[in-house]
Amino acid sequence: MSSEVKRDPDGQLPYISGHDLESVSNKIAAVTLRPMREMPKFWYAGLFIGVLLLQLLFYAIYKLIVTGTYIWGLNIPVGWGFAIINFVWWIGIGHAGTLISAILFLFKQDWRTSISRFAEAMTLFAVVCAGLFPLLHVGRPWLVYWLFPYPNTMGMWPQFRSPLLWDVFAVSTYATVSILFWFTGLVPDLATMRARATDVWAKKIYHGMSLGWTGSARHWHRYEIAYLLLAGLSTPLVLSVHSIVSLDFAVSLEPGWHTTIFPPYFVAGAIFAGFAMVLTFMIPVRHIFGMKDLLTERHLNNMCKVMLFSGLIVAYGYMMELFFGWYSGSVFERFMVLNRLLGPYDYTYWLLILCNVLVPQALWSYKVRTNPIAVFIICQFISVGMWLERFVIVIISLHRDFLDSSWAMYAGTRWDWAMYVGTMGLFLTLVFLFIRTLPFIAIFEMRELIHKDEHHDDEHHDDEH
Amino acid sequence: MSSQLFTTTHNTLARLTLLLIVLGGAGFLGFMDMIHRSPYVRYTKVRREQPVPFSHKHHTNMGIDCRYCHTSVEVSGFANIPPTQTCMNCHSEIYKDAPILQPVRDSYASGESLEWTRVHDLPDFVYFNHAIHVNKGIGCATCHGRVDQMPLTWREKPLFMKWCLECHRDPAQNVRPKDKIFDMAFDPASLSREAREALVEEYGIDHANHRLTNCAICHR
Repeated sequence: MSSEVKRDPDGQLPYISGHDLESVSNKIAAVTLRPMREMPKFWYAGLFIGVLLLQLLFYAIYKLIVTGTYIWGLNIPVGWGFAIINFVWWIGIGHAGTLISAILFLFKQDWRTSISRFAEAMTLFAVVCAGLFPLLHVGRPWLVYWLFPYPNTMGMWPQFRSPLLWDVFAVSTYATVSILFWFTGLVPDLATMRARATDVWAKKIYHGMSLGWTGSARHWHRYEIAYLLLAGLSTPLVLSVHSIVSLDFAVSLEPGWHTTIFPPYFVAGAIFAGFAMVLTFMIPVRHIFGMKDLLTERHLNNMCKVMLFSGLIVAYGYMMELFFGWYSGSVFERFMVLNRLLGPYDYTYWLLILCNVLVPQALWSYKVRTNPIAVFIICQFISVGMWLERFVIVIISLHRDFLDSSWAMYAGTRWDWAMYVGTMGLFLTLVFLFIRTLPFIAIFEMRELIHKDEHHDDEHHDDEH
Repeated sequence: MSSQLFTTTHNTLARLTLLLIVLGGAGFLGFMDMIHRSPYVRYTKVRREQPVPFSHKHHTNMGIDCRYCHTSVEVSGFANIPPTQTCMNCHSEIYKDAPILQPVRDSYASGESLEWTRVHDLPDFVYFNHAIHVNKGIGCATCHGRVDQMPLTWREKPLFMKWCLECHRDPAQNVRPKDKIFDMAFDPASLSREAREALVEEYGIDHANHRLTNCAICHR
């Protein structure tokens, strides 16, 4: 191990420091393989809160199924409420994982290595949480297969011209490709875990899951090709999934929804929210599990830059919404803008501007970007802000539209909130179980990074021995 | 890896498992679909238990018109089951002491209706008007089958929504001359397609622009 921190030719801090091939494997595998009593209190606390909130989710779902969707705050004109807000919020959060693992992989950004596994897992869990809302909002979830086109006794096809059907395909494709991509990336590490596990059942499970991986050159060759192809497949999904989600709104004629800026603005918002959520988990985890040498401040710095950039696109989107509201010349569009800024829900709009536009400007400062506590706090603002954004779009547009005799106010009921908070419990539970059962940093990719560092950086080569 | 937790047999098992997941999944879905379409679920051709084993075959073969008992089929949205009084018109004279008709006499004496088991029961979320179908040239047999040959009544058609829509999309398939509505043996296919289309025109069955497959035609 080197005694002093090396800097790369640009004078940047390294992405990984003080590790060799063996120590990095040991360190990451230890989180999973240590005895249960050695897991930190933080992990127990996180899992406990997660499971507790998960019970709330189960109860909210039970209540919903036995009584029906009227326990939610929906009314006419606000026929879309928390379910779609939460769906869009969660599905957006998933996008960071796909961006990190697919696009940054194709652009050969080495820093993605330490966060990709964790971010991809969060993608999957976010899709699970998101998927619950469309599944349950139909009221009779056991008939949800009606969403799919299949030869049926009703003599009916789904409405292929509806973006809600495109959503079904977009999200199910996204879930499928994400899980394949994630699992493929796991296989070499599962083999490492298989070799290191001492418990016979853990060994058997890792062995089975590693699909007979031997680490032969032929396996690596196949693996590299498969991973590259899956990265290529995932890349368009980063853009397409949230574009299609945004079309749920943009294809309608509702003031505040019917705008062409929605797809890019939604995708940027998704990446914004997704990075905030990855950082929300990464910052405590790197601290508690002592991973600061693998998840360095340089990672924070890079991720904050992505967040700042996508945040600026989102801010541009907000500006354009106001501009086009005025520029359209339509009284309904203009009224919608005024109602957003000054109407009965004006505080949600101004809070949104505070959370998503003003607070993230602090990220221009290098000091803030590399200060974990500051970044963590900003991420909380962004997560709240992105939820408010969907609230503003869905509720404020619907509650006062064309027909002023049909205006109404909307508020989520306790069951709306229970369902929302409950999905957070589901997410927490899945994340903490994942941390315990699978290596949350890609071990073999870290080894590759160390290998590269050692062999492509000649002036430091002799330090290592 | 040195430890041999698994042998080469497990490779075969793993591949078999994958195959089973695919075939099993497809098989399960196919099986569920077959169950859904089966007479077991749809009650097609199932002779239903009734308080009195009434035979349509027996009564129609004596020459009684459908409308003698089902008086409202042409004028009401709801096709009626006859009151006990209608039975007693004849059965106060013939078979008036037959033990099999005891429930009819009890019903007549007490004024309590006979509780027939309904054979054609559409879901409550479907609006169905019987009279409009009869008046626009749809015969009894098209939906109910050869009731004149049923000793105990059964459901001839599975009552799938698809079945309703097939006719609503193209009424000319099943339409017949108005004087053949109650003719159980008449087959609309014996007319030419052109003749049936002319009937659709004549009856003013307006199915242009998918009007008859609009959701709100049946789901009001």
